[in-house]
Amino acid sequence: MSGSVVADVNSLRALRRARDRIDRDYAEQLDIAALAADSGYSLGQFIRAFDAAYGETPGRYRTRRRVERACELLRSVNLTVTEICMLVGFSSLGSFSRRFADIVGRSPSEYRREAARLGGPAPIPGCFALMWRTGLPAR
Amino acid sequence: MITGVGIVSVWVLDTESAKEFYTKRLGFDLTNDIQLDSGMRWLTVRPPENQGQEFLLVDPAHSMLDADTAVQVRALVAKGALSPGVMATTDCRADYETLLERGVEFIQPPADRPYGIEAILRDDSGNWFSFTQRKAAEAE
Repeated sequence: MSGSVVADVNSLRALRRARDRIDRDYAEQLDIAALAADSGYSLGQFIRAFDAAYGETPGRYRTRRRVERACELLRSVNLTVTEICMLVGFSSLGSFSRRFADIVGRSPSEYRREAARLGGPAPIPGCFALMWRTGLPAR
Repeated sequence: MITGVGIVSVWVLDTESAKEFYTKRLGFDLTNDIQLDSGMRWLTVRPPENQGQEFLLVDPAHSMLDADTAVQVRALVAKGALSPGVMATTDCRADYETLLERGVEFIQPPADRPYGIEAILRDDSGNWFSFTQRKAAEAE
């Protein structure tokens, strides 16, 4: 929220629905312009309103969501980095690796090696640590 | 001795719509619906199998909050920032199917977790709840 201005409840609801779609459908194409249109905004207005409500742009949120899913897969399933990159919705390994390193601070393979070294999942009350993560892909 | 939580307060954007959602879609029982002199509506619901805990559904605009604070709380609810807690279920996957059919919105389908099976749902206002079937306690 910027300054003391609070966006109206209906706009915030529309923004929340858009964000929930990113959380649910991160692996799909998820075009930001289409999300904007479905939420009743022009693209520019949508990006500004989303940023004002959630502190980051919808594109950035989508990237973080995909990277966060990739982290879980890197820790827990026996798939290659390229397979995981595609599974979470990236279309090129190059952009996946760059974005991943921007957010996590190391490459996907380094992340995986370190996770393996540290052992299994941390004993954190799971519903909070894992609250946005969906299950593993069906085998 | 403290034995648990008796009433959980849930901020809602529209008490009439919330009453509908919690009773018709989630299948809770209505336990109280009383208009208080203060302007607040004492609206409580309860999961059918639970004789103890109730949910109090309150519109911040008609509560103990001042007007500015009420606007802020309503905004937090609408943008999906608040979570009143974890709902317990005896069969997460079956209930998920039933609730989906009744039009309940889930952010996350049931998934296996170290502590059980968990889904995440939103109420009609935007509150999110974990919806969890705990693993049976290990036999001692």
